[in-house]
Amino acid sequence: MIQRFANPNRFMRLSAAVVPWMAGATVILGAAGLYLGLFQAPADYQQGESVRIMYVHVPAAWMALFCYTSMAAASATALIWKHPLADLAARSTAPIGICFTFLALITGSLWGKPMWGTWWVWDARLTSVLVLFFLYLGYMALVNAFDDPARGAKAAAVLALVGFVNVPIIKFSVDWWNSLHQPASVLKLGGPSIHPSMLAPLLLMALAFTTYYFWVLLVRLRAEILSTKIRAVRLRQVHG
Amino acid sequence: MSRFLHIARRDVRLAFRQGIGGLMAVMFFVLAVVLFPFGVGPEVNMLARISAGVIWVAALLASMLSLEQLFQADFEDGSLELLALTPMPLEVVVLAKVTAHWLTTGLPLIAAAPLLAVLLHMNTEGFTVLIVALALGTPSLSLIGAVGAALILGSRRGGVLLSLLILPLFIPVLIFGVGAVDAALAGFTVRPQLFVLGAFFLAALSLCPWAAAAALRQALE
Repeated sequence: MIQRFANPNRFMRLSAAVVPWMAGATVILGAAGLYLGLFQAPADYQQGESVRIMYVHVPAAWMALFCYTSMAAASATALIWKHPLADLAARSTAPIGICFTFLALITGSLWGKPMWGTWWVWDARLTSVLVLFFLYLGYMALVNAFDDPARGAKAAAVLALVGFVNVPIIKFSVDWWNSLHQPASVLKLGGPSIHPSMLAPLLLMALAFTTYYFWVLLVRLRAEILSTKIRAVRLRQVHG
Repeated sequence: MSRFLHIARRDVRLAFRQGIGGLMAVMFFVLAVVLFPFGVGPEVNMLARISAGVIWVAALLASMLSLEQLFQADFEDGSLELLALTPMPLEVVVLAKVTAHWLTTGLPLIAAAPLLAVLLHMNTEGFTVLIVALALGTPSLSLIGAVGAALILGSRRGGVLLSLLILPLFIPVLIFGVGAVDAALAGFTVRPQLFVLGAFFLAALSLCPWAAAAALRQALE
């Protein structure tokens, strides 16, 4: 199974079929989620209208962790099985993940100013997400730091695995420390403690963000493979 | 074991034979801390309040600066390849070099820390805890840094890259190191913070040599 998609031509055929579906799903789910979140869901009795930032903030934060986990899994696959596409997948995930992380940090601080009265606090959840942001930055810098791209990919894969220790810390930071950030209310034992009228748009947005990730990831992967092919063709022309 | 000692001894001796160059990290540490009274003003209460944080941050940076050279010289002159060819596991080589690095930078940092604490008017209750916390924390810094130092071998602009890679991973050590000293100064128990620092050290000791050795193998391919 895992070796089946190591063939770039097979991957190109399959991804060409999947990309439009992912794009369509992103648009439909995102539109439905935004409509429900911005117009249908009730305003919070304490937070008022600014609770609606949550419909972007929470999925973005989930995706920041999801992307890092995928990147670490792809890096492990690349190191263990020397899977050529896993390398590319890890490298193409990093810029998407850093954008989600940035989005989560920005929306969080926009929400924090009216609610907590401050743009930023140095508590466990916020600090560990900031560390995640720097880990993404370090990964992207390391990938591009070598003249030999294969060496950069391998070094960055090791770094992605080392940095993975941060992911459980982020997830459980609100339980381990007294944090200003509210604890988990969707993924927890005993079911979500959030009203269905707010949960529905939240989950729709999370799905939309996920399909968006796969959409952009596939486009990036296709572009990487095409550029490798173009380079091969050029080299052949030069060498006759 | 004797090979481990051999490599550690060789690295320590190399650092000593550089003369003043081997003490560069400590000099950086002292200078960086001495800059703060000029930066924030010589007011006693202010300096005493920030003393723990300033000393820890400077120790972090000093440790990081010296880490760049951990494998670099051996990588350039080829002795790293010879070390990789010995029957000894590469993980043990890493551990030996990290030990030498800690002896030549971590230990002098700990020795210099009380002097700097006096200069920053830290209360004397904090001194013992500062030394214990540094003794538990600086080996973790050397271990985590070894992974970064192995990853950047052969890259462009290695030094700047190294700081981007390992400073985020240093943050937990910094938080609990400063936390321990601040707790001691405020008269609270310091055991939790010291236990966490010890846990970091044990976790780094068991995981980092493998990661660094994996990175070294790639660099030598």
